[in-house]
Amino acid sequence: MTPWAHLPALPIVLPLVTGAALLLFPESQRRVRESIALLSTLAQLAVALGLMWLTTDAVPHVWHQGIGVYPISAWPAPYGIVLVVDRLSALMVALSAILALPALLYSVARWERVGVHYLPLSQFLLMGLNGAFLTGDLFNLFVFFEVLLAASYGLMLHGSGPARVKAGLQYIVVNLVASLLFLTGLALIYGIAGTLNMADLSVRWSTIAATDRGLFDAGVAIMAIAFLVKAGTWPLNFWLPPAYAAAGAPVAAVFSIMTKVGVYAVLRLSVLLGDAAAPAPLAGEWLYYGGLATLVFGIVGLVGSQQLSRLIGFVVIVSSGTLLAAVGSGAQNLTAPALFYMVSSVLATGAFFMLNGMTERTRTGSVTDMADVAPMPAVSYRAFDIDEPGDSYSREEEVGVAIPAAMAFLGLAFVFCVLLVTGLPPLSGFVGKFALLSSIVQAMNTGELPPTSWALLVAVLAGGLAGLIALSRIGIRLFWSSTERTTPRLRFIEAGPVAFLLLLTMALTAYAGPMMNYLQSAAQTLHDPQMYIEAVLAQPAAAVGLP
Amino acid sequence: MELVYALAIGVLTGSGVWLILRPRTFQVIVGLALLSYAINLFIFCMGRLTVERPPIIRADGATDPLLYADPVPQALVLTAIVISFATTALFLVVMLAARGLTGTDHVDGKERDK
Repeated sequence: MTPWAHLPALPIVLPLVTGAALLLFPESQRRVRESIALLSTLAQLAVALGLMWLTTDAVPHVWHQGIGVYPISAWPAPYGIVLVVDRLSALMVALSAILALPALLYSVARWERVGVHYLPLSQFLLMGLNGAFLTGDLFNLFVFFEVLLAASYGLMLHGSGPARVKAGLQYIVVNLVASLLFLTGLALIYGIAGTLNMADLSVRWSTIAATDRGLFDAGVAIMAIAFLVKAGTWPLNFWLPPAYAAAGAPVAAVFSIMTKVGVYAVLRLSVLLGDAAAPAPLAGEWLYYGGLATLVFGIVGLVGSQQLSRLIGFVVIVSSGTLLAAVGSGAQNLTAPALFYMVSSVLATGAFFMLNGMTERTRTGSVTDMADVAPMPAVSYRAFDIDEPGDSYSREEEVGVAIPAAMAFLGLAFVFCVLLVTGLPPLSGFVGKFALLSSIVQAMNTGELPPTSWALLVAVLAGGLAGLIALSRIGIRLFWSSTERTTPRLRFIEAGPVAFLLLLTMALTAYAGPMMNYLQSAAQTLHDPQMYIEAVLAQPAAAVGLP
Repeated sequence: MELVYALAIGVLTGSGVWLILRPRTFQVIVGLALLSYAINLFIFCMGRLTVERPPIIRADGATDPLLYADPVPQALVLTAIVISFATTALFLVVMLAARGLTGTDHVDGKERDK
């Protein structure tokens, strides 16, 4: 039995065990809890990078063609549940670990202490994310969605306060209804096709009798609605901006990958079910127009928002819309640039949410007075023994020293974030957007995309322009009209994570070539469902090193 | 039996959807509960409605699949019950918190202007 064989299970097992273990330590043992959570997140990052390395065919005898299949309890597919690692899922797992690490460090400074069980919940959220990316079974996908949603409900409400509870209430209702729709779709699919294994389903759906096709398509469509709610597709996305604006800064930062879970599920299933012979309701024109409508909705929202936190929520919607339109356009050469754009925008919005948490401090007056920044009630400051942000930071020496030139750092980080999310040179946002646009033009020239695709081209560009206008306006208000602003005191532990994410996007720009190569092969594997199906269904137990 | 079963699911779903669209949090939670019952029944019937067919292989070792019910929907429905029960309980807590913090049971946290 090779030790490699169990690697795909670790991104799920590690956060589960860590989250459960963290519950055993009382809140007073902060240092121990934080160290455990940090170690676990680092280990998950290492595992995710290991998985990425394995999928590049670095050790061909371990995984054939870079697809790793892990049959849980060694029950072979389609009877048992399998975890499947290909380049795309390994990338998504790595991305969530990369985002979780700075968010964890940031939360240690203050957020972790404004409520209970922040660290276990964030570990369970990671478990749900990783599981949703790795699973090869639809019902298991539902279960992992529920795990990540349950954790996100807790995190969303972390810190309490009227604004948070109100937004959280609506967020929970929307997601509960979406989960019920997901279940309905699953039941229909199982009732018709008799399987919930994604690879098996991909084989069987073409043999479904014509009389049953309507029901099957309806099942897939109902299930897809749940994914689209997650992805923030218009008109299912009105919950998103208030929820993300109300959530605490590190929570919102991790949430910025949650919409991408929906996009990932749509992408995965649209390839597995989207045979050209019979269009599955997941892909096709309506997804393209849905993505476009989302993009337009995001643009209108961008221009209309007055608050940075809401505005970043609309940036998330714009990036979701771009991705969905790229997936829905059906041109396969758009996948790799879209993935690059996604990686860049997830990192950028993560950094932006944390930056927003720090800039809110530049306002004069007690934070608790302002309804629009979702304050914590005074009682939660007292109950958890935290100094109010307006007061002096007496705990500073405990968690690091205040850094000088705080305003310069905030301003510079803000400019970087704006460049990233609007896709201006020289950062990775530009590389992603440029690659996407040039692929659209290329696909239009070769006839793969209809000439009407210029609408997508225009919408993506308009999204950048609207973002630039809206963000400059808010940036001017935040940093230049500073008569009534105080200079905030920042700590390394808060500024560091933002700087880390921004440095990562710079590295992404510098190594755009190798990254793009990886994404190209990820897209190639993704668009060849036969490879996925063979790897899952034809996997003898001995080949994965299990007894 | 199919007709009664389908009607039951239909009535539960209809009531659930109507209640979810109401503005009071209590109506919403009852609507969610009704909807989840309807969907649990729906998942269950996807294994086809049969009687006197256990989902477990009998001791006498009969292997004809016609003698047995499909165990998968039963397992699925069990999981779905647990999950929807837990999330509804969590929603109940949030609902109470919202009632306490905002002083109203409206889903928007404030009464509409009258």
